[in-house]
Amino acid sequence: MSAREIFSSRNPYFAISVGVVAGIFVLTAVGGFIILPYAQPELKFAGIWDVICSAAGLPQRSASSDAVQPVRRLSEVVLTPTTLAHPTQESIGRGATLAQRCAICHGPTGVSRADSPNLAGQYGIVIYKELVDFRSGARTNAVMAPFAVNLTDREIVDLAAYYAFLPRLPAYHPQQQLRKPRVVIYGAPIRGVAPCGSCHGSLDNKAGSPWLEGQSETYLKFQLHAFASGQRTNDISQQMRNIARAMTPQEIDEAAAYYASQPSEIVKATD
Amino acid sequence: MLVNRKLILAHFWLAFGGFGLALLLGAWQMFVRSPLYAWISNPEWYYRSLTAHGTVMGYVFPTLVAMGFGYAITESALQQRLVGVRWAWAGFWLIVLGAVMAMVPVALGRASVLYTFYPPLIGNAFYYVGVVLVVVGSWIWVALMSINLRVWRREHPGEPVPLAMFANVAGSYLWAWTAVGAALELLLQIIPVALGWKTTIDAGLARVFFSWTLHAIVYFWLMPTYIAYYTIVPRAIGGRLYSDSMGRIAFILFLIVAMPIGIHHTFADPQVGAGFKFIHSAFTALVALPTLLTVFTICASVEIAGRLRGGRGLFGWIAVLPWKNPIMLAVAFSFVLLGFGGAGGLINMSYQLDTTVHNTQWITGHFHLIFGGAIVIMYFAIAYDLWPHLTGRALPDLRLARAQLWLWFVGMIVTTFPWHWVGILGMPRRMAYYDYADPAISPQAFSVTLSAIGAIILLISGLLFLFILATAHRQTATEAGAYRFSVAVHPPTTVPIALNTFALWVALMIGLTVTNYGYPIAVLASRPDTSVPAVYVGAQ
Repeated sequence: MSAREIFSSRNPYFAISVGVVAGIFVLTAVGGFIILPYAQPELKFAGIWDVICSAAGLPQRSASSDAVQPVRRLSEVVLTPTTLAHPTQESIGRGATLAQRCAICHGPTGVSRADSPNLAGQYGIVIYKELVDFRSGARTNAVMAPFAVNLTDREIVDLAAYYAFLPRLPAYHPQQQLRKPRVVIYGAPIRGVAPCGSCHGSLDNKAGSPWLEGQSETYLKFQLHAFASGQRTNDISQQMRNIARAMTPQEIDEAAAYYASQPSEIVKATD
Repeated sequence: MLVNRKLILAHFWLAFGGFGLALLLGAWQMFVRSPLYAWISNPEWYYRSLTAHGTVMGYVFPTLVAMGFGYAITESALQQRLVGVRWAWAGFWLIVLGAVMAMVPVALGRASVLYTFYPPLIGNAFYYVGVVLVVVGSWIWVALMSINLRVWRREHPGEPVPLAMFANVAGSYLWAWTAVGAALELLLQIIPVALGWKTTIDAGLARVFFSWTLHAIVYFWLMPTYIAYYTIVPRAIGGRLYSDSMGRIAFILFLIVAMPIGIHHTFADPQVGAGFKFIHSAFTALVALPTLLTVFTICASVEIAGRLRGGRGLFGWIAVLPWKNPIMLAVAFSFVLLGFGGAGGLINMSYQLDTTVHNTQWITGHFHLIFGGAIVIMYFAIAYDLWPHLTGRALPDLRLARAQLWLWFVGMIVTTFPWHWVGILGMPRRMAYYDYADPAISPQAFSVTLSAIGAIILLISGLLFLFILATAHRQTATEAGAYRFSVAVHPPTTVPIALNTFALWVALMIGLTVTNYGYPIAVLASRPDTSVPAVYVGAQ
């Protein structure tokens, strides 16, 4: 029997199998696209076409309400591990000149005495992202914003390259090293809190996450509270807000104290 | 007529060797996340191990078993030498190359993305390329199965294709088409991002592509098991196959309805419309049909064996079955595990019931019960049955084989039943660490401990299996005779053309893929606003 005979309505296997399959498909489609949507009284539809489009998953704007716009500007930075991976010497040199205006808070060697973050040896893409976010308004701070708004793209890249180039120095107020708290190593899985160390070092480092060793305890605590309260919103996909909201105040204190007590030299060299 | 024994043995040994290593990793995972161990303090090690375990168990191991068994079927059922032996070796070495290429970045911690890929997580490109090579290697096997059948048909025009070969080719076609989903995801979406050509990925579309592969792949894993049910079991226990046509219909049904049902894996995903979820849910219900047909046919075949051995009465035939025969034992265990696993599957496919168990340990328990239990125990049976014919030596001691099967059966129940239970209690899956001191999950500590003990039993059974196969090579040589398959009560002399060819069924399979997947894929692929930034793991 040739292919033509198989695919012929005279072949009972063809007629029955195609008929049954098509019948089941039509029945289930009617069930899934028409009957079941109507069976849900909380769904309101303009007509049958509206019902079918909705069940097909076609995103549509409801006539009654516009799409919800975020209250705050969100970060638009996209990072990969190779972003700014190989800065040029010229870029680092220009960054050094530009960084003079940052020194008043972040210290002439990139180590702060004013509870601002230590920038010496921070990952370039971290500095790049924060500066872009300050410039766009995704991250706000009365002191930082005026410095950032007028920076060009190249200046931001240069500053990131310069600070990434600087050697990591001991924190200004070295403390006795503390034991690793649970939240840093285990997180709190039942509350959906990943271990701090799985992104920020100690266990692993993920692109875009800063290392935190030797940073100001006050600064770290303030930022965690800002994420938890929704005051700071430039974390992509709410990664930090979701974590900070689920952390207890005690865990925030422990994590901040632990990272502040660590010498920054232990951060794994990556370049 | 097994001529290319070395080829078949190479496939089986690579499959079972990888299986042994992955089993070791699995047992280690069960142990370190149970209350028996304090915790390794680094989740990355856990996910690294999990990725290797899943990749080997999901892609490499069953594919190689299906391929090796497929070559054995081709030569012994068709009674002809395998055509394209060089290509078969090329496929084998591609799989070796792919497996090594994939496992090196995983071992280095550069691709801890789990075997289901989970974009926007992106690992090292070599991992994905390695997986692609494994799939390409298996596609060579698909082509060879088709070509060998064609060669046989030319010499035997109009004759019914032996059931074993018919089912084998059906399985290869199912695999060829179902692997396309993951291949599209890898080639069009993930690999460009892993190579740095793009930095964003449409994770929702990627999940839909993967669901295209993810369910039917289970039926591809299942194929050797079902072929063994129909064509090995009745012969091995001295009976006859109840119905040859029923077997053909079951494999044809698998070909048609195993494919267009994968969206039941994405019931919780917002990017797929509820209407399509319902259609896939309904079609998933249909896939129970070939399994029910099989259970009926095989039970009837086993009853024939029991009656031939003098069993009488309603249940008297069960007692006289050859329970000392490892194949008899394996098929009984396999059916029990399939029954429990299938019942769990009916819960997963239901849109409403799934919401209770979605992303919990129930799901992990379910697929270990089905794949590790019902399916793999028949892989053991296939190996025990084929080994004397491949090595020319008898198995060392059937008591060892029986003990191994018993251990696997008991171990699988001890592992997966508590696993299901903690899932119902709400324990999430894919987590490296559980704080059993937390009052929310401390009641689950006992069940998880039990599960870990089950994993140790499985590991012992797996090692015993490898020991039996290895020592069989050193037995004294015996003549095992020709390798044969079951004979039906009424051996087919003529078969309707539709039950002897695949064109109609492959057309239906592709047609249903278009109706059930076409729109969700088209709409996601055409929208510009569905991509998210990739998250690179193990870099920096």
